[in-house]
Amino acid sequence: MVQWSDFERATIQDIFSKINSDFVGPAALSRCLIVYPWTQRYFGSFGNLYNADAITSNPKVAAHGKVVLAGLEKAVKNMDDIKTAYKDLSVLHSEKLHVDPDNFNLLSDCLTIVVASQMGDAFTADVQAAFQKFLAVAVASLRKQYH
Amino acid sequence: MSLTAKDKETVKAFWAKVAPKADDIGQDALSRMLVVYPQTKTYFSHWKDLSPGSAPVKKHGATVMGGVADAVAKIDDLTAGLLNLSELHAFTLRVDPANFKILAHNILVVCAIKLPNDFTPEVHVAVDKFLAALARALAEKYR
Repeated sequence: MVQWSDFERATIQDIFSKINSDFVGPAALSRCLIVYPWTQRYFGSFGNLYNADAITSNPKVAAHGKVVLAGLEKAVKNMDDIKTAYKDLSVLHSEKLHVDPDNFNLLSDCLTIVVASQMGDAFTADVQAAFQKFLAVAVASLRKQYH
Repeated sequence: MSLTAKDKETVKAFWAKVAPKADDIGQDALSRMLVVYPQTKTYFSHWKDLSPGSAPVKKHGATVMGGVADAVAKIDDLTAGLLNLSELHAFTLRVDPANFKILAHNILVVCAIKLPNDFTPEVHVAVDKFLAALARALAEKYR
């Protein structure tokens, strides 16, 4: 089971209470689709993803960004057993969506960068370490049901 | 995934904005790397103080960013331009090349913090590609 220090627990709660989730989700997803264009393979039904402007203004990308962030908020609410909380999500990504789990790391990196730009100097090295640990646990939980 | 003409232009334009803050960015990126990826501390066991903002971290952050600035200037032929640095990392320092990616990530995080309005997704992809190309050139002499 994952052990969280008091600092890590408090930091994660703090980050998610401070960030504008309506902004961060869409910004991170669109950044991922721009910086790692091969990730667009999973969004064939989203319409125009031809260039950075199209991706940033695409309403389906924005909507889905919010869905992804809501998924992370679920992990925040279940920090002591994200593995169980994510069981169905993991099956979904493996069996229905067929997402290569290496993509979860790409989106994680984009989330880190967007949260960093939002928090500025408050995103210290220790805060970054806690946030990246949290994302790593979420990613590992999402990978768990793949076979 | 080689650098297009547009990538090179984007990197040069962005690096002009980075230049005045280069030492600061280098120190911050290195500090973060040592805290967030503690295994990287193994390369600096000869330093007295590995804490963020310490003298050796400050000095080395500036050294690293000097290397990156040099690479920007030699962006048209990184392999040739970084030959000496590659030999240094391959034969003397023997840093596992996986660590180049780790440091690159932390440089990007600091760019997002210090230059949030300039570090757009388009700039991000160009800089990410550039740092990857830099890492490849640095690993050239390893084997």
